[in-house]
Amino acid sequence: MNTSSPRGLQRWLLGREASWHRLAAWVESSRDGGTRDSAEVIAIARAHAGLATDVGLARSVLGTRVDLTLRLEALLAASSARLYRTPARWRDQARRLFGTTIALRMRALRARLAVVVSIFALAALAGAWLVNRFPELAGLIASEGMIRSVQSGELWTDGLLAVVPPAFLAFSIMSNNIVVALFAFTLGSFYGLGTLYILLMNGFMLGGAFAFTARYDLADELFRFVIAHGVVELSVICIAATAGVSLGEALARPGPHSRARAFQRAVIEAGQVLLVCVLFLVGAGIIEGYVSPNDSYPLAARVVIGCAFEFLLFVVMSGMWKRSPTA
Amino acid sequence: MNNTMEGDRIAVDSGQGLSVGLQVAGIGARSYAFLIDWHLRVLLAVAWLLLCLAAGWLAKRYALPLPGRGVASTLVTLPASALYLLYHPVLEVLMQGSSPGKRMAGVRVVAQDGRSAGVSAHLLRNVFRLIDSMPMFYCVGVVCCLVTQRQVRLGDLAAGTVLVYVAHDARELRRAIGRHAHGGGHDPELLRLAADVLARWKELDEPRRRELAANLLTRLGEAPGAELDVTQLHARLTALTAAVGST
Repeated sequence: MNTSSPRGLQRWLLGREASWHRLAAWVESSRDGGTRDSAEVIAIARAHAGLATDVGLARSVLGTRVDLTLRLEALLAASSARLYRTPARWRDQARRLFGTTIALRMRALRARLAVVVSIFALAALAGAWLVNRFPELAGLIASEGMIRSVQSGELWTDGLLAVVPPAFLAFSIMSNNIVVALFAFTLGSFYGLGTLYILLMNGFMLGGAFAFTARYDLADELFRFVIAHGVVELSVICIAATAGVSLGEALARPGPHSRARAFQRAVIEAGQVLLVCVLFLVGAGIIEGYVSPNDSYPLAARVVIGCAFEFLLFVVMSGMWKRSPTA
Repeated sequence: MNNTMEGDRIAVDSGQGLSVGLQVAGIGARSYAFLIDWHLRVLLAVAWLLLCLAAGWLAKRYALPLPGRGVASTLVTLPASALYLLYHPVLEVLMQGSSPGKRMAGVRVVAQDGRSAGVSAHLLRNVFRLIDSMPMFYCVGVVCCLVTQRQVRLGDLAAGTVLVYVAHDARELRRAIGRHAHGGGHDPELLRLAADVLARWKELDEPRRRELAANLLTRLGEAPGAELDVTQLHARLTALTAAVGST
């Protein structure tokens, strides 16, 4: 078609207009491409290819800064983004994540996890020793109300369900734990120092709380309260901190990649681990809201729940459930 | 697709051997979008709280049974907090990198290569809001935007995403086609003058052609760039006078 003549250009524009509008309508529609029939997909792919030719033509005939050329380019960019988008196969992705990816990521983080757990344990021991040696330090880890409650022979968690409904308790605990885990992860962006701070703080608080309650013979009560949810909760905080440490390591030792690329890779890989951590924190929050403050659960039941939940975490994180017997 | 980044534009391969550019959005557009979104989520959360207050007042006035204090506080705070905290991640995933604020600002989140960002990228960039918002008013995020070439916050650096301008607009496309195919919106006298110039094109020398064409295009609101040669100026005048020529 001779587009350099006015009539030719007009014929071209009017001839192609319908195809562009169809493509624009598809770009703006929210329907997922996977539900379309093959004839429709072929028509869209042809319209996209035709538009690419039209953009080339518009650039040479009209110029690159003319509004029509720019609008067609924008449509081409939008249809490319839509057409070449990676399809969201939720079920496959979830199966792959829980089947192989998480186990691989955890294997890669194994050495760092051991270091993180050691640091956490040392912080807990240090907290316990310090609060035991200097009881006034309990003010650093507990509010005045909590201290008064322990001094009067009651744990601050006693009668918790009489004040707050389990659903609210579970939600507030869950969201608090998730925020702590996310902070432990994201603060790794400061070369891992932020993560270290969260780890040391939590370890110190745990050890200190046990030492302080032990002075008033309430450590058994505290153990009874935390055992059902605490094992998984602390494991997940340690795993999230390990993910945070891997961010810091990527920044400090990027290896063959640029620092930005290494950081991005570490975030994406550790982010998958974090997603599973969040799911387990939801479970831990529910246990902490419904089981831990409920006196009708005996210690044995609490231990069984805590251990079973921890075992589930181990199975998921190690990918053990996916391994064939011959492997 | 092989996509590259040049300055403040991302060149996206259309898959047909032709690249098109996506303009990277700066801190202004980013802040504008954020402010709209922030107001929206605060308004939604406040609207929920007011609704709960009104429900409580009505229940008291007409002696209707009220839930216990704990349940009531759950009903009030839980949806309001969820609205506030999950606004960005949920909407960005559902609206494929957009949100009402971003849509109004004409920007969208894409992957660094210009393709649509995945769900995990959207979630991760939002998790890093925790750091970007530190210590207050998104200080870390703003500083990060100011010092990075692509004007991205830490969350974007981590998730490998960029904010770009969305240039596609179906209504604008329709108008542009109308202008070129039907001469819509232009002064008919100017279009006739342009048709006259084109008719006498061969009789004019090159500096005169350039001068007349540039003058006419400017008056027709097309603002030709200095880089256009005489052939391109001719083509643009031809495109504009297409409707006149056909009548």
